[in-house]
Amino acid sequence: MLAKRIIPCLDVKDGRTVKGVNFVDLRDAGDPVELAWNYSQQGADELVFLDITATHEKRKTLVELVKAVARQINIPFTIGGGINEIADADALLNAGADKISINSAAVRNPALIDELAKAFGVQFVIVAVDTRHVSNTNIVHLNGGRIATDKETLSWIKEAESRGAGEILLTSMDHDGTKAGFDNHFLKVVNDAVHIPVIASGGAGNMQHFVDVFEQTNVDAALAASVFHYGEILIPDLKNKLKENHIEVRI
Amino acid sequence: MEIKEKQDTEIASSTPANGNANIGIVRYGAGNIFSLTSALDRLDVSYGMIHTEADFEQYDRYIIPGVGHAGAAMNKLEQTGLVPTIKALQKPTLGICVGMQLMTAYSQEGDADLLNIFPNKTLKFKDSDAYKVPHTGWNQVYQEKENLLFTGIPNGAHFYYVHSYYIEYSDAYTLASTDYSLKYSASIWYNNFYGVQFHPEKSGAYGETLLKNFSNL
Repeated sequence: MLAKRIIPCLDVKDGRTVKGVNFVDLRDAGDPVELAWNYSQQGADELVFLDITATHEKRKTLVELVKAVARQINIPFTIGGGINEIADADALLNAGADKISINSAAVRNPALIDELAKAFGVQFVIVAVDTRHVSNTNIVHLNGGRIATDKETLSWIKEAESRGAGEILLTSMDHDGTKAGFDNHFLKVVNDAVHIPVIASGGAGNMQHFVDVFEQTNVDAALAASVFHYGEILIPDLKNKLKENHIEVRI
Repeated sequence: MEIKEKQDTEIASSTPANGNANIGIVRYGAGNIFSLTSALDRLDVSYGMIHTEADFEQYDRYIIPGVGHAGAAMNKLEQTGLVPTIKALQKPTLGICVGMQLMTAYSQEGDADLLNIFPNKTLKFKDSDAYKVPHTGWNQVYQEKENLLFTGIPNGAHFYYVHSYYIEYSDAYTLASTDYSLKYSASIWYNNFYGVQFHPEKSGAYGETLLKNFSNL
């Protein structure tokens, strides 16, 4: 059976990981390559690197980082952040990235999804969507949930799918950082409405939350950052817990 | 922690240090191979690039990589003029993903006639609520025959897949199978020709084992 995927997400700035990490056996917790290698050894199924580098000049650092990751890591990885045109994606693909993730660039210019899918194939294009519940409607937000758009989330996701998104990374900004569990209700609505894989994000606080999201929504993958980085959840323990609950995982 | 410091070899030839397997990678403009060459670097398997017919002699086995559109990939391969040589290869040859599909007779993707090393067809997965397309992620691979390619790999091990087209199952040629809405060929084998639909270079430790096994065939 196709396994449910567990995906740690690493925030990277100027080639260094940003959020604190307390793995005891890391030489350098700020080195994304070492951290990524560690996750791949733990049994992570895939990795997402979110580049929050502000300046265009420092983007070249990212390409070097992607190459370094591709040299060392034997699982797929995705790069998100700052991809605005085909050339950005092309550089990352050539450096060894398996997929790219676009968020605000797709909202501003939806045709970018079509262009990327046509140039590289749908399997290369993840559309990341940050959603927030606003007066009984789910609204797409930008800039980490701070800026509301005029797009209703489900219709935007369906549009992204029809334009050539190969996967949807859906982050509930209402749940993100709460550690109270994923937004299972809305994730199920979205997962039932599309025919491409959905990655759940936002709200993971304990292992039961991962059991719940897979059991209640049937999404394809679950992503989290701090619970993994701070060692609150170890991936081998999480995989065992999922397996005990009869959820298909790669061990 | 054993991260190796390595110079950026890009896609240049890696020099064999101790005369171990030397793999020729067929270059025909279909897709990026950085992940593949990185995996071979990690395994200390030497490799080089094949652009012309004369290049084949330098290597003792071959990989045909490939991502993207099978019909378009076949067009590119035909433009290299290497097709007759590839069909006549006697040394171990491994097609990966679309590179494997090219070895079949036909693909629905682009309604294309292919190398016909294997008489099987490459077909599109039917989209359904239960089975999303592309088939994306880690799925189990079941060995249908005994073969050194899978030495040290447990039956049912997970490998990483990203594909919308599959090679139909056949008793004669299917070396390993995967179930995704139907049972299809995860791997095919005929004489010196091998194919894998999954990406061994992205499939963790077992993927690396498979590449190492191929280098020892």
